[in-house]
Amino acid sequence: MTGTSEMANILAETAGRLLQDHVTRDVLGAAEDGAWPQDLWQVLEDNGLTQPLAPEDRGGMGASFADAFVIAFAAGRRRAPVPLVETMAAGWLLGRAGIDVPPGPLALIDGGADLDFSGGALSGIAPGAPWAAQAGHLVAEVGGTVLLIPADAATIIPDRNMAGEPRDTVTFDKVKPSVTGALDLTASVPVARTLGALMRAAQMAGAMEGAISLAVQHAGDREQFGRPIAKFQAIQQMLARAAARAAQARSAAETAFLALDRAGGDLTDAEWDVAAAKVVAGEAAEIVYDAAHQTHGAIGFTYEHELHFTTRRLWAWRGEFGAETFWAQDIGRRVLARGADNLWPDLTARQRG
Amino acid sequence: MEDIRFTPGLLPPEAEALRAEVRAFIADHLKGYSGVKRAKSWSGADPEFSKAMGAKGWIGMTWPKEYGGGGRSFLERYVVLEEMLAAGAPVSAHWVADRQSGPLLLKFGTEDQRRKYIPAITRGESYFCIGMSEPNSGSDLASIRTRAEKTADGWRINGQKIWTSKAHTAHHMIALVRTQPQDPKDRHAGLSQFLIDMKNTKGITIRPIRNMAGEQMFNEVFFEDAEVPADALVGTDGGGWGQVTTELAFERSGPERYLSSYQLLFELVREIGADAGPAEAAGIGRLAAHLSTLRQMSISIATMLESGETPNLAAAIVKELGVAYEQDMPGRAHDIAGISPRVGAGGFDQVMAYMTMAARSFSLRGGTREIMRGIIARGLGLR
Repeated sequence: MTGTSEMANILAETAGRLLQDHVTRDVLGAAEDGAWPQDLWQVLEDNGLTQPLAPEDRGGMGASFADAFVIAFAAGRRRAPVPLVETMAAGWLLGRAGIDVPPGPLALIDGGADLDFSGGALSGIAPGAPWAAQAGHLVAEVGGTVLLIPADAATIIPDRNMAGEPRDTVTFDKVKPSVTGALDLTASVPVARTLGALMRAAQMAGAMEGAISLAVQHAGDREQFGRPIAKFQAIQQMLARAAARAAQARSAAETAFLALDRAGGDLTDAEWDVAAAKVVAGEAAEIVYDAAHQTHGAIGFTYEHELHFTTRRLWAWRGEFGAETFWAQDIGRRVLARGADNLWPDLTARQRG
Repeated sequence: MEDIRFTPGLLPPEAEALRAEVRAFIADHLKGYSGVKRAKSWSGADPEFSKAMGAKGWIGMTWPKEYGGGGRSFLERYVVLEEMLAAGAPVSAHWVADRQSGPLLLKFGTEDQRRKYIPAITRGESYFCIGMSEPNSGSDLASIRTRAEKTADGWRINGQKIWTSKAHTAHHMIALVRTQPQDPKDRHAGLSQFLIDMKNTKGITIRPIRNMAGEQMFNEVFFEDAEVPADALVGTDGGGWGQVTTELAFERSGPERYLSSYQLLFELVREIGADAGPAEAAGIGRLAAHLSTLRQMSISIATMLESGETPNLAAAIVKELGVAYEQDMPGRAHDIAGISPRVGAGGFDQVMAYMTMAARSFSLRGGTREIMRGIIARGLGLR
């Protein structure tokens, strides 16, 4: 069961505590101004949280996706301004392709069909690459080959998402990777995109829980018309609706992590759960950030307040590694191709023990 | 703020083996069933079908064998329910008895009551209705005024119930009535539950209420000096509120809370077909994404029930989300297909028309959306 194994409990406790202690308001603000939070990264790496998914003989912890969910959830909950989930996902890709995982932050390149790897060299442009300029290595997958690329071999133009997180444009001009490995997987969507969407879904679920928690706290503290606004039914109804959607996002994300563990050599089926998780997370985010900001009133609109560090990430993450439309189309095309008569049988075939 | 988690659960192999059997049964019994008939889902009734389900052991599946129950797991029951709902099987005759009344009697009834009523329920021959709402008390059950007064050999009931689904076909009603005057300090005190024989009790008048979709599903029920025996009391005199709360927990978490509109999705997928454009595919994809995530949450609750937990907050969340999903379905189908359905045509048109109207009731039945959100708000620590 997800999140109830001993490993998951340890990881949840460790990640939750370290991130709570080290992701302070100051660290968030400084990271947004372009400072690399080395102390934060170091403490995560020293505690083994950055490579849970790579095999032990490749430099990782050999944990399951189900166990690693709690790290990604905590990373979103605490808004860790480092490429923790990208490094986790890239580490899994490298391990799966039999490549030793280098220490330090890794950038997961969602190049999709725009990258060309031929004659031993990589070419193409990957826009919006998370933390490429801060990462020592870039990890990409093209047509079943996993590539480990020293970051200084590519041209990187820094850019940022709405939350001020690095999202750079990476240009490869016949770049030779330092190592390559074959990925023993079949999939219908580029694997890096699926992994990125999986991680974002978990982060978003965590961030939503964080936003609701802040709003509940504020509603209890803030008095209007002589009583805490938590006592107003309008506030209760709005936050209850948001909390239900956040719970759905969390459930969907956990299910998707579990699906990755069960996938074996074919990701096609697990992509459905990742897609569903990204779709419901994106839709839920809209309801959650609306409710959280409405509850906070004007104070939540200030830079001084911490709410926006969470809600701006929700806006940004919604669109990364495939927005809802991309993944909804993916599911919709599958459903329509299989036809109405197969819809229910296909659905029930998904959660078999 | 409670930690709200839905641990992903998987259905065990024995439940999946049962699924094949249920599908074969449905295919056999529902041959030639129209789309709109299936769209009625758990409102459609067929006594013969209920009896056939009883013969299969699919009513009272989790109840003790000594009362005719199946002694099976909640997860096996889950599979039977969801297959019935997805196929639009006419389960409504025995539905309330299976879902609510039977568990209530097993938990709070006397040994005599169990032996007398439970076996007939499991055979699919005894139907129940729930007498809760009254003209001036919908979700606010504490305000109900129908009263039962003690007589020499039983109770005399006076008052009126409303929105009572299936009162006209049910053999029995389990009614929540007042046995003690209202106490302003404890609004939930003084309520009791009675098991009333609807076919053989004098002083009961049932008046149908036709709904906007043209069906007679619910009724007004009048009690005028209706005499019931002493053993009609279920549980304790004055303990009705606590009993009802338990009963509602059974009602809120099942697959019926996201599968009521399934037939419309089915017809929509068929209507749109494989050559859909990107917007249509995305629209269908969003609906399918919700369906599969809601199903996972609902299975998670079934898993919790199986391990003896009572996930009341989680159940309220599934009802909130499931009802919103199935109630939105006609609107989303309109976004995707954009038709004004002609009601004689059959197929997609007819299902769309029926569901558009029927869906209005989904956020009312079993506690309104606002009541569910109130329960969730309490879980968040806002109340």
